[in-house]
Amino acid sequence: MSQMELFWTLDFPAAASAVLASVLCAVLGCFLLVRRSAMLGDAISHAILPGIVGSFLLVGTRSTWAMLAGAAVAGVVTSSLVDLLHRRLKLERSAATGAVFCTMFSLGVIMLEQGARNVDLDADCVLYGLLEGINWPALGKAAGGGAGAASGVAEVLAGAPRQLVTLAVALVVTVLVLASLYKVMLLASFDAALADALGFRSRVIDMVFAALVAVAAVASFEAVGSILVVAMLVCPAATAAQCSDRFGVRIWLAMVFAVVAAVGGYVLAVHLPRLWGSGDSVLASGMIATLSGLMLCAAVGVRVVMMKLRRAGMREAGVQHEGVGGAGG
Amino acid sequence: MNVPDPNCPLLVRDLTVSYNKRPVLWDVDYAAPAPTPAVAAGGKAGEPSRGNLIAIVGPNGAGKSTLLKAALGLVPVTMGDCLFFGQAIDRVRDRIAYVPQRESVDWDFPVSALDVVAMGGYRALGWLRPVDKATRVRAMSCLDRVRIADLAGRQIGQLSGGQQQRVFIARALMQDAPLYLMDEPFAGVDAATERAILTLLRTLRDRAATVVCVHHDLHTVGNYFDHVLLLNSRVIAAGPVATTLTEANLQIAYGGRLTLLDRAADALAGRGLASGAGEAIR
Repeated sequence: MSQMELFWTLDFPAAASAVLASVLCAVLGCFLLVRRSAMLGDAISHAILPGIVGSFLLVGTRSTWAMLAGAAVAGVVTSSLVDLLHRRLKLERSAATGAVFCTMFSLGVIMLEQGARNVDLDADCVLYGLLEGINWPALGKAAGGGAGAASGVAEVLAGAPRQLVTLAVALVVTVLVLASLYKVMLLASFDAALADALGFRSRVIDMVFAALVAVAAVASFEAVGSILVVAMLVCPAATAAQCSDRFGVRIWLAMVFAVVAAVGGYVLAVHLPRLWGSGDSVLASGMIATLSGLMLCAAVGVRVVMMKLRRAGMREAGVQHEGVGGAGG
Repeated sequence: MNVPDPNCPLLVRDLTVSYNKRPVLWDVDYAAPAPTPAVAAGGKAGEPSRGNLIAIVGPNGAGKSTLLKAALGLVPVTMGDCLFFGQAIDRVRDRIAYVPQRESVDWDFPVSALDVVAMGGYRALGWLRPVDKATRVRAMSCLDRVRIADLAGRQIGQLSGGQQQRVFIARALMQDAPLYLMDEPFAGVDAATERAILTLLRTLRDRAATVVCVHHDLHTVGNYFDHVLLLNSRVIAAGPVATTLTEANLQIAYGGRLTLLDRAADALAGRGLASGAGEAIR
């Protein structure tokens, strides 16, 4: 296999999956952050388990689309239960979130044990994902031009890895929904009471949003694992929040940061170990999560330094101002 | 029951609301006065009729904010209902502008003053249509009416308390509604903002709008408002300020608390301390 063929068969689909998953989570993360419910992302990415197992039990095979639907339902149930506990029992929102997602996750584990023992769900795979397991031989062969290369674009596309296709569809759907509901999403996040008073039911908006997070979590976890999902729901959005106080700008920045972390993390994971002579690569999703965390740290650091400089500058200007005033008096 | 009056901006019937099984509002009945036609008020025919500035007054925990929220369907109601212009809330939402308490939102939210004011125009845009140029132009003129057009681009957290309150009121102006429900619009604002808001409310009233405000400052009720609803879980009294805000009624609404404060104030005034303190500040 040529270097070229290797790249298009293995590296490209893996990196592309990482990019799509990261961008998908980063966009949703921007909304999570301003809704002050970053934990909800963590909660939903766990609470979808019974949805996934339930869909498996219903359909009988591990169909991606059934899994996505099951997860969306589980996401809506989670958000509704949290809301119910909060409103009816006056339980604090974060406490309610914790209680619900643990219960949902345990329920999923029991369902898995009792009903779906033969389903192929590996705990390690759920946590870290299997980015390195994504490959696209048809693309590699087409790029390498070797024997048995696919003849047409359609044939190459048909050979696309399932995870990549799922992520692409999830990203398109999410972007479409968020773009068309952008203003009411923002309104409901900022002032739910006004949204309700204006006739935009904030509960409905919350549910749509929870379903989107759940779908993103399922579409991503197979490729990049749930740890990266949680990291990407928080880090790029938080990094962007350090840079701008405009929501629209934040979304674009978060997407850029997500792409940089995904590509950079993947490249580092492949090449970094060679620096100390190790032939193995490190886990890509772990490297991406680490990089996104470092980017957040850097952004916070830069912001703190800038604030200090500005304050020092203001103090200097203040001294000058006082000096002028003193001379005038 | 006879047919509800379509001119009555807000009719509350037997409203009971409870939190944790404790009633916050108990059997509240209230009919806000309808705008007076110009002729009846001594003006010429064809002039706009005159609305009313109505204060909801009562001690802490009397259910003042809850009354507004329950009327708007924002909190669950145990019993009773509210009609706006003789109709249920869902049929007249575009005729009601609501100004929540300033503390009810997160002012670190990454939007500008203009963005927030534009939210008042969302209902006209529906679920899917994005904020357009016309909406932004209108939002700008509403900001101008509360005299902070120059702050349109500022992130809302960078505004003072008074400016934030003006943003909220500008957002309500976007709806151009005949009924405004405001939760403590004068709470924690500077003197200039208080005057600006009052002038604006009077303008609205003179254009036939009805403005219902939860109000906490007993000293200004008489100067600011035409009508008052005195509330302490139940309706204590309601009607024109002059005849309603009597000492006897206040006594019932506030119980011992008010007398204690009054007695303290009297004692201070008697010893000349109150005026002395005033001069010390100057």
